[in-house]
Amino acid sequence: MIETVFTPLQSLTGGALIGLGAVILMATMGRIMGATGILAGILQPNGMSDWSWRVAVLLGMVTGPALMQLLTGDLPEIQVPVSTLMLVIGGFLVGIGVTFGAGCTSGHGVCGMARLSPRSIAATITFMITTGITVYVIRHVLGA
Amino acid sequence: MRLIISYLSGLIFGLGISLSGMANPAKVINFFDVAGIWDPSLAFVMGGAVIVTFIGYRVVLKRPAPALSDSFQLPTRRDLDLPLIGGSAVFGVGWGIAGFCPGGALPALGTGNINVFIFTAALLAGIVAAKILQSTLFNRGQAKA
Repeated sequence: MIETVFTPLQSLTGGALIGLGAVILMATMGRIMGATGILAGILQPNGMSDWSWRVAVLLGMVTGPALMQLLTGDLPEIQVPVSTLMLVIGGFLVGIGVTFGAGCTSGHGVCGMARLSPRSIAATITFMITTGITVYVIRHVLGA
Repeated sequence: MRLIISYLSGLIFGLGISLSGMANPAKVINFFDVAGIWDPSLAFVMGGAVIVTFIGYRVVLKRPAPALSDSFQLPTRRDLDLPLIGGSAVFGVGWGIAGFCPGGALPALGTGNINVFIFTAALLAGIVAAKILQSTLFNRGQAKA
């Protein structure tokens, strides 16, 4: 376990910027800012013009940490309290889940919730509950 | 122009993820560890993101069309079905195990941290496996019909 510091202001600012990015993409391209949807569209292209804007969004995301370093002097902290095996198992399950569930924290949790979509609200409640149960079981039942 | 604006929207999103702590598995897992070393920061991330998006979408979606495209591409389904709920449940289990979600991991690739690449490779494998499974299930459904 790694303890982390409560960062309400920085997290609120980050959240607002996540929202701003989503609003700009909707205002200009008319698209949902969902990491799952954007990634799925890159893997299964639907024509060149549909593919290229998704790659541009992805490149923008990947350069986000560099911009943070430029502005604050620090790269985002990445502390991994789990084993490599858990990263692999978790990553695989996330890939299966978001494909069948048609969205993740950004698509359902932010954009869909903001649209008050019943499917996104149900999806978000579901994954928040199962994530909470999983963390509880791993930390307090299995004691990892 | 479309590509520049798309890039910028991704960049702002990626900056937001970087600042927020969503790219840090320790912070994500601690948010869910209410019974242990709880860090409530992520509630502020979700809150800030949803409020800005809620207000922004209200304004933007009143317009007849987006600025650089023909129409708004919004999901129209409202029904709840098994793939949605089951898939989201599985996603949550994976998120709880690894601590990364796709929106957190993609920007984090830019830090060069090896763990992010391991997670993302497994994520892509899961997406491809699910797509194959989906098309198999779909074809079986077609054959039945």
